[in-house]
Amino acid sequence: PQVVWDMLGNKQFCSYKITTKTQNFCRNEYNLTGLCNRSSCPLANSQYATIREEKGRCYLYMKTIERAPFPRRLWERVLLSKNYEKALEEIDENLIYWPRFIRHKCKQRFTKITQYLIRIRKLTLKRQRKIVPLRRKIERREKRREEKALIAAQLDNAIEKELLERLKQDTYGDIYNFPIHAFDKALQQQEADSESESDAEKEEEEEEELDKREFVEADDSDLSDFEDMDKLETSSEEEQEEEEEVEKKASHSKSKGKTPLKGPARRKRPYIEIEYEEETEPASKTKAA
Amino acid sequence: PAQQQQQQQEDGGGASATPQRVLFPPTFSVSEIKNKQRRHFMFLRWKQQQRKEKLAAKKKRRKEREALGDKAPPKAVPKTIENQRVYDETTVDPNDEEVAFDEATDEFAPYFNRQTVPKILITTSDRPRGRTVRFCEQLSTVIPNSHVYYRRGLALKRIIPQCIARDFTDLIVINEDRKIPNGLVLSHLPDGPTAHFRMSSVRLRKEIKRKGKEPTEHVPEVILNNFTTRLGHSIGRMFASLFPHDPQFIGRQVATFHNQRDYIFFRFHRYIFKSEKKVGIQELGPRFTLKLRSLQKGTFDSKFGEYEWIHKRREMDMNRRKFHL
Repeated sequence: PQVVWDMLGNKQFCSYKITTKTQNFCRNEYNLTGLCNRSSCPLANSQYATIREEKGRCYLYMKTIERAPFPRRLWERVLLSKNYEKALEEIDENLIYWPRFIRHKCKQRFTKITQYLIRIRKLTLKRQRKIVPLRRKIERREKRREEKALIAAQLDNAIEKELLERLKQDTYGDIYNFPIHAFDKALQQQEADSESESDAEKEEEEEEELDKREFVEADDSDLSDFEDMDKLETSSEEEQEEEEEVEKKASHSKSKGKTPLKGPARRKRPYIEIEYEEETEPASKTKAA
Repeated sequence: PAQQQQQQQEDGGGASATPQRVLFPPTFSVSEIKNKQRRHFMFLRWKQQQRKEKLAAKKKRRKEREALGDKAPPKAVPKTIENQRVYDETTVDPNDEEVAFDEATDEFAPYFNRQTVPKILITTSDRPRGRTVRFCEQLSTVIPNSHVYYRRGLALKRIIPQCIARDFTDLIVINEDRKIPNGLVLSHLPDGPTAHFRMSSVRLRKEIKRKGKEPTEHVPEVILNNFTTRLGHSIGRMFASLFPHDPQFIGRQVATFHNQRDYIFFRFHRYIFKSEKKVGIQELGPRFTLKLRSLQKGTFDSKFGEYEWIHKRREMDMNRRKFHL
């Protein structure tokens, strides 16, 4: 009552009271408004009521003077109905003849509580973010391992090597004009003349050449059939250049036939699957192609 | 021990005032000295001695090598983690028929037979922040035929049927945490496998030093390095199916997925062949690293999905020489 308030409210210490710059708050769980006031302190008022919710159901708690000496039976609780209007009526029923302030504040509190309960129920239906705790040790370990893996990977070198490999295997066709390369190949194959393997290869190549020779002649005449005219023009130019160089160097007839043939023959290759590659299987790729 | 030292010093140094070589009892170790300063000093001295011995040993070995000349034994190959890797039974043998058959009939077969053209949908988790948004944009320029859509609170399970209806082949979801992208879910759409990665060290285009200009619209080439096991193979095919099958070499762009010790590094470069043996590459485009967390058989379904592979930390992180990709 008044005495209590005189002591706790202003002069002495109340453990439920929290002071901030502008406001005083009351931490007592039975407090109706949450502020520390003469009219809303549950300790200083002998007749008091609050709404509290437990597990989604709202209860009306009441305190009367008669039960003041029995702390265990002090707060009487009444379960309110789930229906909003009905619950308001129940509050009115129970708090009939009570001061207006408490009745009003009770109803306000009840409204707010039901609103936030509705919100909770709506949110749980939507997708919720699952918060997963990070483990510091593991994060550090992963980071360190990643750094080491990066160093071990030597990405630039790996990429360059891969690109050069692809260049060697003619996946790019005739875009890049490196005649020396074709020359070296031709020379190497000449040198390996005596071996049986190379003979077999040569035979295959000769057969291919024969086929391709026919092919070439037909292709050269039907320029309009090809889709990429630009490539063709450049490659034909290259062919001419190659031919000139070949004649100048006066090399074997086979290589003579070979280098210009490689042009249109190579053009066939880019249409074959080239992307999916691993470092372990360059040879099998070409065979599969 | 300190007293012993002093005694021995006095004993041994009877002739000379300064102790030249202090004799310690054979079981003495530097860590037994209680005094920190003295212990530190003794340790440093021990270390110097070790270094000297090592240097001397090296010199001796080199002299021996030179002395032998041609007959010298070959240099020992240093042990690396890649050398010491625990052999994985699921390593793919290039000539394996079973693998070839599987690959011909799995979900990527239509892509590799050129029946489908990839069409990618890139999206994020709810409310993406600036960095993630920019990353999505850059990613969409790297991957041709890709579209970025914002996810305004839509459930993935409902997006997926819509995507399939609109002919998308792949779905990429970039998960974000504290304003940086940290996860990637890659889902092959018509009922294909879903891979969930952890993404780290994301660098946007402006953060890459000495970067080139923007990537053009040409279809880039794809390089997949080091995907050796069966699992790695399937992941590699997943990545390959993101890009259209016919790269345009005029563009001279290449996207690389390099797997090293279970970390997949993604880089995007432009290359130019300076000569036959030399190629120059210039990095453009974003870069990031991925670590596979799980692979699901169907499309994205966190509760009822059938998981082909999950990263189990206890078992898999134990062994430092065992890798799964």
